[in-house]
Amino acid sequence: MVCDNCHERDAVVNLTTIENNAVRQLHLCEQCAAERGVETSVSVPKHPLGEFLQAVQQQSVPASADAGKCAFCGLTMKDFRATGRMGCARCYSTFEPSMRELLRRVHGSTRHIGRTYRAPHDEVLESVSVLGELREKLRRAIEQEQFEVAAQLRDRIKVLE
Amino acid sequence: MTLDLSLLSDGGVRWLDASGSHSDVVLSTRVRLARNVEGYAFTGRARDGERLRVLALVRDALRKLPGMSDSVVVRVDELEPGDRAILFERHLVSKELAGLEAQHPLRSGAAVYLSDGLSVMINEEDHLRLQSLQSGFELRAAYAALDRVDREIGARVPFSYHPEFGFLTACPTNVGTGMRASVLIHLPGLVLTKEIGRVLAGLQQMGLTYRGLYGEGSEVVGNFFQISNQTTLGRSEEDLLDQLIRVVGHVIEREEEARRVLLRDAGYIIEDKLWRAYGTLRYARSLTFEEAMNYLSGVRLAVGLKLIRGLSVYTLNKLLIFSQAAHLAAAEGRSLTESETNLARARYVRKALEDDAGAVG
Repeated sequence: MVCDNCHERDAVVNLTTIENNAVRQLHLCEQCAAERGVETSVSVPKHPLGEFLQAVQQQSVPASADAGKCAFCGLTMKDFRATGRMGCARCYSTFEPSMRELLRRVHGSTRHIGRTYRAPHDEVLESVSVLGELREKLRRAIEQEQFEVAAQLRDRIKVLE
Repeated sequence: MTLDLSLLSDGGVRWLDASGSHSDVVLSTRVRLARNVEGYAFTGRARDGERLRVLALVRDALRKLPGMSDSVVVRVDELEPGDRAILFERHLVSKELAGLEAQHPLRSGAAVYLSDGLSVMINEEDHLRLQSLQSGFELRAAYAALDRVDREIGARVPFSYHPEFGFLTACPTNVGTGMRASVLIHLPGLVLTKEIGRVLAGLQQMGLTYRGLYGEGSEVVGNFFQISNQTTLGRSEEDLLDQLIRVVGHVIEREEEARRVLLRDAGYIIEDKLWRAYGTLRYARSLTFEEAMNYLSGVRLAVGLKLIRGLSVYTLNKLLIFSQAAHLAAAEGRSLTESETNLARARYVRKALEDDAGAVG
């Protein structure tokens, strides 16, 4: 295939552009692609996390949807933007609208198609999730200097542990 | 705790023994699955006690697994920095688990279970990182071994799983299957014929990505590339593997074609260049890591082209690992300055090639 731009050299790059809502496919040679800023030569790979964090910054979900923090681990969206990492499994539900948009940007999909999984039934697990909430309450009680409440919470946590 | 890898076959580097398919081009295949234990904050946000409980839970589960009963447990958090660097240099743990990254200091509860070709890192970025390493181009075999262990552990330890998003991971780039499959491939032919740019651009269009010898963030040295899937959500494990197999198969063909072209069009130039690489490794008195990688790349190509005979690919593969700084320091029994490391490296490489030299010609 010949380059759509210079009509001389072989096309090696397929460039998809969107102009005025119309998708256009361009087949370009290495040189013409480079002129358009498409890198084809060997270079140190871009840090994938960098691109990903950029996607995090560009989210269009209104900031109000990200207010608050995860009831289980206390993570806020601000923390996430700083590290690029979620705090716990519960964070995905807490910040679901943002996460859904982010996953779509990163993976092009939000629906897992692959091995399905059912966790073994576990009584320990239930107490663990109660524990998480108690710990969060304890953290808040300490922050607000409600030491009597904190002491009660600490006792309950000890029993469960 | 002292590090003893002698219980593992070949000190845990049997995945470099060149027994797998296409091993003149593909060094190794690695597949990893990221999993988290439900009910605990992810590693980075968990407290020391939570990480230790995760370790205890996984330890209980692994003890009962037939496939992992002969594994060696290493408490990475109890090792000296030199030993942690050795585990990392052998590709047995990630840089993060080894606590060698400035932004991720060593964590309590960091551990790894090592058995032949399979390992389970605990308290890495995710609670569990299950990993299968195989010699050569063996994606299906690597995944099959991993899937078995994943199902066995998952039946005993509850994993975090979301009905829509799939397996949940600390970094959203791993959500879904949690699977990253990669192939460590040596592409000197494509680099010398300057075809590599096109091939790499093509990979990215196919939703694949490439990195250097040590994965994420590492630079390409010695013409070694790690090709892997980029996305983990929206496609099944089989689908992701199929595509990687197809594309890497194509890259191998292109590399073989490039090697044929080089020999046909520039036979004596190439032959001279590769023998010079061998000569340098055989007689140099000081070698930087990068130099060693580049010359080893040349010698590896020469062996693949049958220009140099009698030298085993396994010897060359092992040199990639054992000529690194932490390994050289361990062999010398003390810490080394940079220039001492370069001297020790040249000595080590010389000795290894000497042992194989009788047959070379």
